[in-house]
Amino acid sequence: MSVETRTQPAETGTGPTELIRLEGVTKRFGDQTVLDGLDFSVDAGKHVTLIGPSGSGKTTILRLLMTLTRPDEGTVTVDGERLFPAPEKQLREVRKKIGMVFQQFNLFPNMTVLRNITEAPVTVLGLGRDEAEARARELLDLVGLGDKCDARPTRLSGGQQQRVAIARALAMRPKVLLLDEVTSALDPELVAGVLDLLRDIARSTDITMLCVTHEMGFARDISDQVLMFDSGRVIESGPPEKIFGDPEHERTREFLGAVR
Amino acid sequence: MTWDWGAVSAFMPHFWDGLLVTLQALALGSLISFALGLVWTLLMRAPTRWVRWPVGVVTEFVRDTPLLVQLFFLFYVLPEWGLTFSALATGVCALGLHYSTYTMQVYRAGIEAVPAGQWEAATALNLPRLRTWRVVILPQAVRRVVPALGNYVIAMLKDTPMLMAITVLEMLGRARLFSQARFQFTEPLTVVGVAFVVISYLASLLLRALERRLVR
Repeated sequence: MSVETRTQPAETGTGPTELIRLEGVTKRFGDQTVLDGLDFSVDAGKHVTLIGPSGSGKTTILRLLMTLTRPDEGTVTVDGERLFPAPEKQLREVRKKIGMVFQQFNLFPNMTVLRNITEAPVTVLGLGRDEAEARARELLDLVGLGDKCDARPTRLSGGQQQRVAIARALAMRPKVLLLDEVTSALDPELVAGVLDLLRDIARSTDITMLCVTHEMGFARDISDQVLMFDSGRVIESGPPEKIFGDPEHERTREFLGAVR
Repeated sequence: MTWDWGAVSAFMPHFWDGLLVTLQALALGSLISFALGLVWTLLMRAPTRWVRWPVGVVTEFVRDTPLLVQLFFLFYVLPEWGLTFSALATGVCALGLHYSTYTMQVYRAGIEAVPAGQWEAATALNLPRLRTWRVVILPQAVRRVVPALGNYVIAMLKDTPMLMAITVLEMLGRARLFSQARFQFTEPLTVVGVAFVVISYLASLLLRALERRLVR
């Protein structure tokens, strides 16, 4: 790769409101190509939904942004800072701007609900314990679990655990929230509660959201932009009315027909 | 052959002395094996093979040689290098070292059993690596391994009579001395056998209680 192409994005690509940019990102697992020369960017404050068949690389994008995995080729830029390669110190700075909610919640079972939420603000952001706890209680009220501070995560339902996980991510005051199929592991009757909470957060904050989901109604409600993935590429993108109402691509029509 | 209660009561003062030594060796030996095993496990995860390789060789060597050889080595060879400890201290160190090479494997299994999602959540929250180990991974790993560690405590208890070989008078050593002096073998050996059963049983009860407390 020549020097020009590497320096180019920094000069021309980073607009004032652009928060995330992927350029030519390729990721392989063995001989399977999960992301295939992917380009896209997300502006600050936008809610972007990634849809598409499983195995099409949506989750891998979130994992790249969270630095849980590395691309084989291409560049990933968050808030003007390039990841991969970057020293651990710089990665730590970038991670401060990003929060992630996982399909399997991944709460710490050895800590109380409150401690799950205060641990990182205290050790990473350097908040006092009292301040961190006050904020955690506010967040637990917000997610409707104000009475569960001292409970162990394993005593909560899946929906409650996921709402704690959302509170835990928000406690770090990230600029970007990555939501990785956050309702896929939930019993059907618990899905609505979690989605309503996320709708609220999308409406009432200016947080940027990247959301991988199979809940098309939810995607239509919150998205500014929908990206349709297939085989590691974005095959179609646009506002939700366009993608869900009048998709151009045959694969998009097939996919939407199948999930409905 | 008749059972002589007089011999039992004559042996009891010696028995208590021996019991105290057995329990000391067991308690301290266990603590050393728990702590040292964890150190080995963490060193085996060091980023450089210049740490992993020597630790792997040393622990494999200790695991593959008999405890008795290690006891003799520590007791008779170290003083030649100017390192002298009491017999009991030497025995405790040998037990702790020998069993640490087993507990390290237990810890490793416990650490590997912590789901990858826990590491990922810690990364997503930007927790420093050391902190992740201390408050997320190890607490979860340790509670998984308590039953397996407990089995090694009981195995170690049954190895404590080997300390006789380096002049430590634990329960069995006391029984042997007493027997040889009075030519009465049945009573002291029976008392010691029963004591082993009782200690093992109490230890397993204690472990089950600990397990219940930890696994919530």
